[in-house]
Amino acid sequence: MTASTTSRGADNGVNVQALLDAKAALAQAPEAARFKWRATSEWVNGTHSRATVDGFFGLGSDQRHRRSFEFDSDHPEIFAATDNGATPVEYVLVGLAGCLSAGIASVAQYRNIQLHSVRASLEAGMDLQGVLGIDERVRNGFDGIKVHYEIDADATPEQIAALVAQSQKRSAVFDILVNPTEVSVSSSKA
Amino acid sequence: MDGRCAAAAAGGTDSPAAPDPSSRGRRTPSPRRTDVVVVGAGHSGLAMSAALGRRAIDHVVLERGVVAQAWRSERWDSLRLLTPNWMCRLPGLAYAGSDLDGYLHAPQLADFIAGYARQLRAPVRTHTSVLRVLPAGDGYRVVTDQGDWVCRALVIASGACRHACVPPVAAAVPAAIAQWTALSYRRPSDLDPGGVLVVGASATGVQLADEIGRSGRRVLLACGEHVRMPRLYRGRDVQWWLLASGVLDQRIEQADDPARARRLPSPQLVGSDGRETLDLNALRRRGVELCGRLAGVQGHRVLFSGSLRNVCALADLKMNRMLDGFDAWAAATGVDAEVGPVERYDDTVTQAPARLWAGLGDEVRSIVWATGYRPGHEWLGLPVFDRRGELRHDRGIVDAPGVYVLGLPFMRRRKSSFIHGAEDDVREIALHLGGHLDRVARPTKPAHNAPAVEAADGAAGTRAARAP
Repeated sequence: MTASTTSRGADNGVNVQALLDAKAALAQAPEAARFKWRATSEWVNGTHSRATVDGFFGLGSDQRHRRSFEFDSDHPEIFAATDNGATPVEYVLVGLAGCLSAGIASVAQYRNIQLHSVRASLEAGMDLQGVLGIDERVRNGFDGIKVHYEIDADATPEQIAALVAQSQKRSAVFDILVNPTEVSVSSSKA
Repeated sequence: MDGRCAAAAAGGTDSPAAPDPSSRGRRTPSPRRTDVVVVGAGHSGLAMSAALGRRAIDHVVLERGVVAQAWRSERWDSLRLLTPNWMCRLPGLAYAGSDLDGYLHAPQLADFIAGYARQLRAPVRTHTSVLRVLPAGDGYRVVTDQGDWVCRALVIASGACRHACVPPVAAAVPAAIAQWTALSYRRPSDLDPGGVLVVGASATGVQLADEIGRSGRRVLLACGEHVRMPRLYRGRDVQWWLLASGVLDQRIEQADDPARARRLPSPQLVGSDGRETLDLNALRRRGVELCGRLAGVQGHRVLFSGSLRNVCALADLKMNRMLDGFDAWAAATGVDAEVGPVERYDDTVTQAPARLWAGLGDEVRSIVWATGYRPGHEWLGLPVFDRRGELRHDRGIVDAPGVYVLGLPFMRRRKSSFIHGAEDDVREIALHLGGHLDRVARPTKPAHNAPAVEAADGAAGTRAARAP
């Protein structure tokens, strides 16, 4: 069953059958399941950088997005910056929201739940005494992230809560944020 | 104890090493022959012995120690079954005591199983460790420390809990921190008086966290995904609900995701005189500090995942769906009139903000790994393992002719790893095994062992059970 061919079922625009087929295929071909996600970034000026995402590696070869995507990041004017884009930490929230909402849509499709609206509000606390080096006891990053989902769907409140919970369970960005990840940064002279 | 471990039979071997050729046949130059070798004299192996005996199939049960060895010597002191006594039964033997709603202690269960072996007059060879099983003609050669056997069929009944699973991150824990597993741990007084981190929130983890906490030690409990259950629901044991409403009889082929169903952690239950619920809320009220899943070790810190809130939400939602199912079943069957009113429980409360790390050496002096068990099949020298090293089998029918396994979690049914779950599985596996013996030529024995009627239903069972 695909979303488009289901007459009576829910249609959230997710091709669940393709996901299930991919799961079955990749279980038999673990090498093809190894993906590499990529981005490049070019410093523009001040705290302004422009990142580009256009390709990644997966299913055993290099893949292209349908087109190239660009993302400007900067700091706001209250930091005496030019505010040419969202701050990098806000991109983290963008990534989390995108990942969880995609998961909600997919799980809802699999469970045959029709979604009407899925609205997420995200808020992350941060004490600038960390990044500014004022207090060594304060970490640089978020002291916590709060996400609230407001969902209109043909489902009970319990079913909606279960969608949101299952989406977290299977979310890559959620996992990246709640568990440590090794980050290695190298450099070379151009 | 771990519910998956309800099947933990004795058996297997202490030595995964290949046999020393010089010792092979030292006592018995020519191997003894039998139709079936059963490895392990726990409840599963003995139930199979009973089934084979009924079919007059020649067999022997090899046991590395004594009957029910694991229950005698490889469980912590306070361990009791997760199922009430009235559920404690094997083909031809049921619990006969007066405490029907109680829960057997491990030595009591071992006595129950030993009594079963005596009742059956089962052909058990105790203190016989299987060192290796190798193909031999149409059957197998079973190398033991008491000489070799040659057989035409093999039943692996050495239990689901032979080894404790410990995650690789354990290697990064500083040497000054004592590490225990669910198999090495015996009692709180063996531990350092300092803080204890219990890793894992299945039945084992919550039980150990509780008793270690009651000993006065500070306890942190690292909780990943878990299965929450009340001990009593609407006045009845939750195991009654699971059994009566048909959940325990669910077959693995009905599971949406069989691999995940088999990996399901055991439920947060304890068998106690007070029949109390032992969920995370109860532990928190008693002073156990709930932490997220163990995410890593960095120097002298353990790190906890920030996902505690969600794993608790998942468990609360799943429990409520299970209770909804019980209620619907009770309403549909008229059981409503015989049980108490519908109950619902508070959602799991976690500390906010969650604790994301603990200091090793100061806060935590000992770690108890309650991170699951796995069977011990190292001695099985047959090409029957998948790339994860797990036994390849279809509902107990191993991917080698005439080889079978018993008692693994959700092997054929959800109850496969329960004591009372052996009966149905053994009946079906024995049918398949009988069919196998009938098909395989018998160069060494005349065909008088199995009556013709057994051959007929055995062959039918073969085709029925070996579905794709």
